[in-house]
Amino acid sequence: MIKKIKYFFNWILLLGSTLLVCLVLGVILWDIFSKGMSSVSWNFISQFPTDGMTKGGILPAIIGTLLLTFITTLFAVPFGVACAIYLNEYARPSTLTNIIRASIRNLAGIPSIIYGLFGLALFVQALHLGTSVLSAGLTLGLLSLPYIITTTEEALKRIPNSMREATLALGATQFETIKDVVLPKALPGILTGVILTMSRAAGETAPILFTGVAFYINGITASPNQEFMALPYHLYMLSTQHQAIEQVKPLAYGTAAVLILLVFTLNIIAFYIRFKHRTQD
Amino acid sequence: MNMFFGKKQILKNINIDFPKNKVTSLIGPSGCGKSTLLRSFNRMHDLSPDARIDGAIKLDNLDIYDKKNSVTEMRKRIGMVFQKPNPLPKSIYDNLSYALNIHKFPKAAIPELIEKALKESYLWEEVKDELKKPAVKLSGGQQQRLCIARTVVLRPEVILMDEPCSALDPISTHKIEELIMQLKENFTIVIVTHNMQQAQRISDKVGFMYLGELIELDTAENIFKNPKQELTKNYVSGHFG
Repeated sequence: MIKKIKYFFNWILLLGSTLLVCLVLGVILWDIFSKGMSSVSWNFISQFPTDGMTKGGILPAIIGTLLLTFITTLFAVPFGVACAIYLNEYARPSTLTNIIRASIRNLAGIPSIIYGLFGLALFVQALHLGTSVLSAGLTLGLLSLPYIITTTEEALKRIPNSMREATLALGATQFETIKDVVLPKALPGILTGVILTMSRAAGETAPILFTGVAFYINGITASPNQEFMALPYHLYMLSTQHQAIEQVKPLAYGTAAVLILLVFTLNIIAFYIRFKHRTQD
Repeated sequence: MNMFFGKKQILKNINIDFPKNKVTSLIGPSGCGKSTLLRSFNRMHDLSPDARIDGAIKLDNLDIYDKKNSVTEMRKRIGMVFQKPNPLPKSIYDNLSYALNIHKFPKAAIPELIEKALKESYLWEEVKDELKKPAVKLSGGQQQRLCIARTVVLRPEVILMDEPCSALDPISTHKIEELIMQLKENFTIVIVTHNMQQAQRISDKVGFMYLGELIELDTAENIFKNPKQELTKNYVSGHFG
């Protein structure tokens, strides 16, 4: 009897923690969407800010964030995937490999503001790229690399060795094996990781703070060497830096809702790819 | 030949010949090294960083472990079929065309070679109308015959088979055994098996291995009816294993 009560108590405790977590998430979403959805409209996402950003839309911030994420992906995916292929397929277990792996893990733990400072020193100043969407994208790319490497390596690890042996035994080289069998099989897993990393990068503020994001720009960022507006920074600015904070509050909530929707969309795509892949197996 | 994984010696003083166009079976209890031996014949241990081999393995005069020789060329001459069917994530047709393409067979000859290999693997009748179907949609037995066809299509000299029936039902097993009996007319076959009845049914020669040593190698009849070694006798009569 006492045992039963104990089990019941443990069960309640675990269920309670889970519900609490869900509740917190629910409250956040409720708060943002209930206050923000009233300002989200077609005009809001398709127009420029006007009247000192107290009216109008957030089009440049949306475009900026999309462009930024695109540059980040363009830079981080090839390097990250190549690095993961090297680590998982070629590197023999050795002290060097262990050091490389440990470094990558540690990279993932570095606070994002440090990436921002590093990006400022390397891309903006040393490489003379200036404060631009390119500098910011590369900085975010550096931040994303460890995640892409780790998720890609996990995806590669899930491919059983029997698949590799199949082509090797036919006389395929290791490169052919990776290109023709391992990568195609691992692609859904890699894509999932890439998209989740993109959704993370889209919401980052600190790394872009010194490297290219702007308070306000006139027009749309059209080339990689221009400064840009971004949703997370726009939100930060509207909610803490604006001269009429109370007045722009609905706009801030609206921006938050758009950012969350964007990130959710990416996550749902990732979820869908994973689900589809799982049902195929 | 000797073989080590790290400091541990897995194969001890193995000396074995495989006669052309015959089926040679390697039998022995789990962990005796028979699969390890088989996988050393086409350098499948290259993937394991701490595997090391002493001595030589030769196909005619080709030293398989000679660094000067191309591994991929060697594997074209020594094919392998694995324990679990492992079709490529491609169509039935592409499972066979893949190897032909990487070895640069003339494009025009490929369809014919594929048809021939599928016929030799007793699979043609079952799949000829759906060659574009993904190979993973086939049944386990069909997949294994596809893996054999994929090996056969390259016209290797030797086919290594690592317990090719252990993941299959009795009917598929029977089909594969018949297939092996057919294939030996054109290929030299080395097969690792757990199943002593199977070894008896299909082999010309049988090697019994125990704890990394080749205890006895003789005709199937002698191994099962008149084994010379006590260990072999105990194993084939089912006293251990």
